[in-house]
Amino acid sequence: MNKRFRLAAAVSAVALAVAACGEAPDEEGGDGTATGDGGGDFTACMVSDQGGINDKSFNETSYNGLVLAQEEGIIPEPKFAESQSDADYGPNVDAMVQDDCGLIVTVGFLLADATREAAEANPEEQFAIVDFQYVDETGAPAPIDNVKPLVFNTHEAAFLAGYASASYSKTGIVGTWGGAKIPTVTIFMDGFYDGVQYHNEQKGTQVQVLGWDKATQEGQFVGDFANTGLARQISDNLISQGADVLHPVAGPLAESAAIAAQAAGDVAVVWADSDGFESAPDYGDVILTSVLKGMDQAVLAATQEAADDAFTNEPFVGTLENGGVGIAPFHDFDAEISQETKDELAQIQEQIISGELVVESDAAFS
Amino acid sequence: MTDTKPPAAAPEEQPKPPAEETFFQRFMRELTSGSILVTILSVVLALLIGAVLIAASDPDVQDRAGYFFSRPGDTFEAAWNSVSNAYSALFTGSIIDINEYTVGRALRPLAETATNAAPLIAAGLGVALAFRAGLFNIGAEGQIILGAILAGYVGFGWQLPTGLHLIVGVLAGIVGGAVWGGVVGLLKARTGAHEVIVTIMLNYVARFLIAYLLTTAAFQRPGAANPVSPIVDESAQLPRFFDDSRLHLGFVLVILAAFGVWWLLERSTMGFEFRAVGANPTAARTAGMSVSRTYIWVMLLAGGLAGLAGVMQVLGTERYLTTGISGGLGFDAITVALLGRASPWGTVAAGLLFGALRAGGVPMQAGTGTPIDIILVIQSLIVLFIAAPPLVRAIFRVKVRAAGQPVAGLQRGWGA
Repeated sequence: MNKRFRLAAAVSAVALAVAACGEAPDEEGGDGTATGDGGGDFTACMVSDQGGINDKSFNETSYNGLVLAQEEGIIPEPKFAESQSDADYGPNVDAMVQDDCGLIVTVGFLLADATREAAEANPEEQFAIVDFQYVDETGAPAPIDNVKPLVFNTHEAAFLAGYASASYSKTGIVGTWGGAKIPTVTIFMDGFYDGVQYHNEQKGTQVQVLGWDKATQEGQFVGDFANTGLARQISDNLISQGADVLHPVAGPLAESAAIAAQAAGDVAVVWADSDGFESAPDYGDVILTSVLKGMDQAVLAATQEAADDAFTNEPFVGTLENGGVGIAPFHDFDAEISQETKDELAQIQEQIISGELVVESDAAFS
Repeated sequence: MTDTKPPAAAPEEQPKPPAEETFFQRFMRELTSGSILVTILSVVLALLIGAVLIAASDPDVQDRAGYFFSRPGDTFEAAWNSVSNAYSALFTGSIIDINEYTVGRALRPLAETATNAAPLIAAGLGVALAFRAGLFNIGAEGQIILGAILAGYVGFGWQLPTGLHLIVGVLAGIVGGAVWGGVVGLLKARTGAHEVIVTIMLNYVARFLIAYLLTTAAFQRPGAANPVSPIVDESAQLPRFFDDSRLHLGFVLVILAAFGVWWLLERSTMGFEFRAVGANPTAARTAGMSVSRTYIWVMLLAGGLAGLAGVMQVLGTERYLTTGISGGLGFDAITVALLGRASPWGTVAAGLLFGALRAGGVPMQAGTGTPIDIILVIQSLIVLFIAAPPLVRAIFRVKVRAAGQPVAGLQRGWGA
């Protein structure tokens, strides 16, 4: 038995040795703790759904808010728990309560009930929940004293992206599809759809939207956020039906649409959540623009508020007006979008902010 | 198994290759005769490899390994800290937390372990029972979902008096799972369809069924736009034992179920038939047993047990339906049944171990930042080592007990 373990130890030692020839730091300085400087004793923690903090999407963007807070010295290194299944939400939130977190950020509607339970059992603890607002049986908001909802009217930004796509499309057909049919996904599709219709109305075009019908609320969905094969298939189908702009609303699955677009050649993609040109540089050459959803900024603001002892349960609703949502620059496509269109987009943005132009969605927040 | 034969005639008259031991028979023999020692050693070995991974994935250890040769002590110290912190969090999260001030809170980890173990054991018993009759029940996932759908619907959709409501809810869940499993048994018995394929496909059907139902008015929470059901009525909830923890009556039901399965397999005529069919269907048929009837019964019961796991989730732990209500329990249940060597009490022990890993993984991740995936790796390694007993015996120099007993088993492929 011993001989084998010695052998194993020797092998691993040799393997380590390859990368182990650096200099030792000074005894005092090199304590190695990664906590940020400053940041009193106020801590913030996050519990995610089954996507981890490296999902290049929803959870990662939200977690980046805590990373920003750490960089600004508001909090020490944030704690994070990823859920393996729906059964883990309750225990994970409870573990954070036990760890005396100052602010517990939960990400996604799936954690809503677990967050509510923990919030009611620990009235002195502060929570923020991304992408969810508590409602009563009629659908009216039913706030909880110590939970701050962070929600986004992404349809306002998606409206702009839809308008830009309609003006860019050469085939007169654009397509959209979603990961799962949940409000935080369909709100993008509603806005995108209306943006295209608005372009048709204003410019007399007849650009068609495939994959989503706002009136019936029916469209193309993968069914989850993991099935890359089906995502690629849906994208290919839309392209073969003539779509030359795709707007996938499916977190990490958007990559499949970008790959399909690259393979097809002259197809562009409208990214969702973050600026895809920066977060997914491999696909920069096909990204027309991105519908930005500032979850990181919302989490940062909520953390700042809680750290300043100014926590409220007032919902944060990201809009074009407060910069919580928006569209990204056109980057590589800048030359292909006419100055006229850019001016119109700026004008529409102003009209939405002033209330002159109302963009509606069943999934919108007030 | 069957290919070109006319469906109706397939199972009963199908000729078996004589003398040659089938893959399944070899698998079953290895499964039921393997020693407990090998199981324990597999767990130890998996924890050791887990420790290496924890140390290797810790950024602090990585930093210090960079100057290993200038000061090797640093690396070992950091590795020791990271592993001992992670494993002590695993322990305090699953057994007992002596740092807590109240008894309830200190014993909460143990209750949490039992809460996590209950559905694993129930579904594991379903898988184990099917194993004993010679069937690979990969469909526990779908059976759990069906059980949860029916139990949940009774829980939030029906108004019944206290007491009766809970009983009807539990029974509805069991029936839901039993129907989903029974279909498999029926198809296998009548048409010879392979249960592995049928169960896997029914898992998909169940998954999309619940996703669809949660968009309908009957299942969706009033006012909510997300696919979440209402919370089940208090009268239909499995009562919790303590204020401080989620442990509920379901755990007692599961232990009773384990006893029932033991009695069925070891003491009843029907169980004897199950085992006989599992050991050698041809011989069982020659002895006058109805193999098709056995397949139907065993899948009904296996499905019912998995349905009970769905009941635990929706009426006990979570108390509302989501699309992820089963959360992979049905697949972990296969592992639990294998680890428990397809025996009822072995399944209970294995379910408790996996429940402890699940419960302990939570504070391990939240408190020490160890990636939760380590828990999955440890679970998988345990199964890998159990599936390869000669490897574990070789590493630990365990003597094979009886000379002449072949140890070949899972390492050979299908039909090898």
